[in-house]
Amino acid sequence: MAVSGQEPWLDGNAGRLVRPYQVSGGRTRPAHPLNLLSLVKATGREAAPRHGPEHARILELCRRAPVPVAELAAHLRLPVAVTKVLVADLIDHGAVQTRHPGAATDPSDPIVLEALLDGLRQRL
Amino acid sequence: MACGNACDDEFPAAAKVLVAGGFGVGKTTFIGAVSEITPLSTEELITAASVGTDSLAGVAGKSTTTVAFDFGRITVDARHVLYLFGTPGQERFWFLWNELSNGALGAVVLVDTRRLTGSFEAVDFFERRGIPFLVAINEFDGAFRYEPEEVRAALRLGPDVPVVPCDARAARSATSVLVALVRHLLARAVSSRPV
Repeated sequence: MAVSGQEPWLDGNAGRLVRPYQVSGGRTRPAHPLNLLSLVKATGREAAPRHGPEHARILELCRRAPVPVAELAAHLRLPVAVTKVLVADLIDHGAVQTRHPGAATDPSDPIVLEALLDGLRQRL
Repeated sequence: MACGNACDDEFPAAAKVLVAGGFGVGKTTFIGAVSEITPLSTEELITAASVGTDSLAGVAGKSTTTVAFDFGRITVDARHVLYLFGTPGQERFWFLWNELSNGALGAVVLVDTRRLTGSFEAVDFFERRGIPFLVAINEFDGAFRYEPEEVRAALRLGPDVPVVPCDARAARSATSVLVALVRHLLARAVSSRPV
């Protein structure tokens, strides 16, 4: 599809129309740096009374094992940017711990690559 | 939250591989074939502003729309999880590619030999950003079979870019593409290591 400055960016391919800021109180910038693969794990502390049902749902989803932001967003059916704001609220409250992907994102780390290669080969 | 290496046990290392290619080339099928979960669809906000600046500042409260991208998961072992992200096909959503490719190990560019041009842009994107990738020829039923070297020439790929055939519907075939990608990354990592 050709793209030009004049072309409408909103059409049938662009997904649903949303007002996703309601759940985040209009905020689109998380108070903590998070990316798609930031892993989120509940600490066991409950959400605060000021938090909404989406905050509680995040805690439910990452109660047992760390879950990346992208996966939380998919389960919540909320855009990633909004999910990040909610996760940041929970960090501030001490209800979740997060972890950024570290060494595993360095494509030049042979130790990680060897582990991935071994694991993938076993699936063949 | 900074946590150092002390709490490694609870958090596996999360690696990311992108699955790119033209519209309808089989990206979601590929992810579904290798993923241990049904591919999930995640949405990111898209606004007129984000196409130019990827900034959402100042748009709060306005109606906006979203672009969806698929992802899947492979728990490689107790310590390593591999996430696969499918890139959105439409060109105007490429602002999202920057976030998706940030920290990615590498990419699989799927090509359909009936529409080779559909994957040109993906090849160009990864070349420009120096993200290692391989090209996997998705052999659809009835598709004309090109030799890997013909595809290499048509896409003007460098000699170091692996070109492999695959059936994106088959778990074994799609997994072997990932094995080929990791081998490629490993070869690069070893050859670029300081001696």
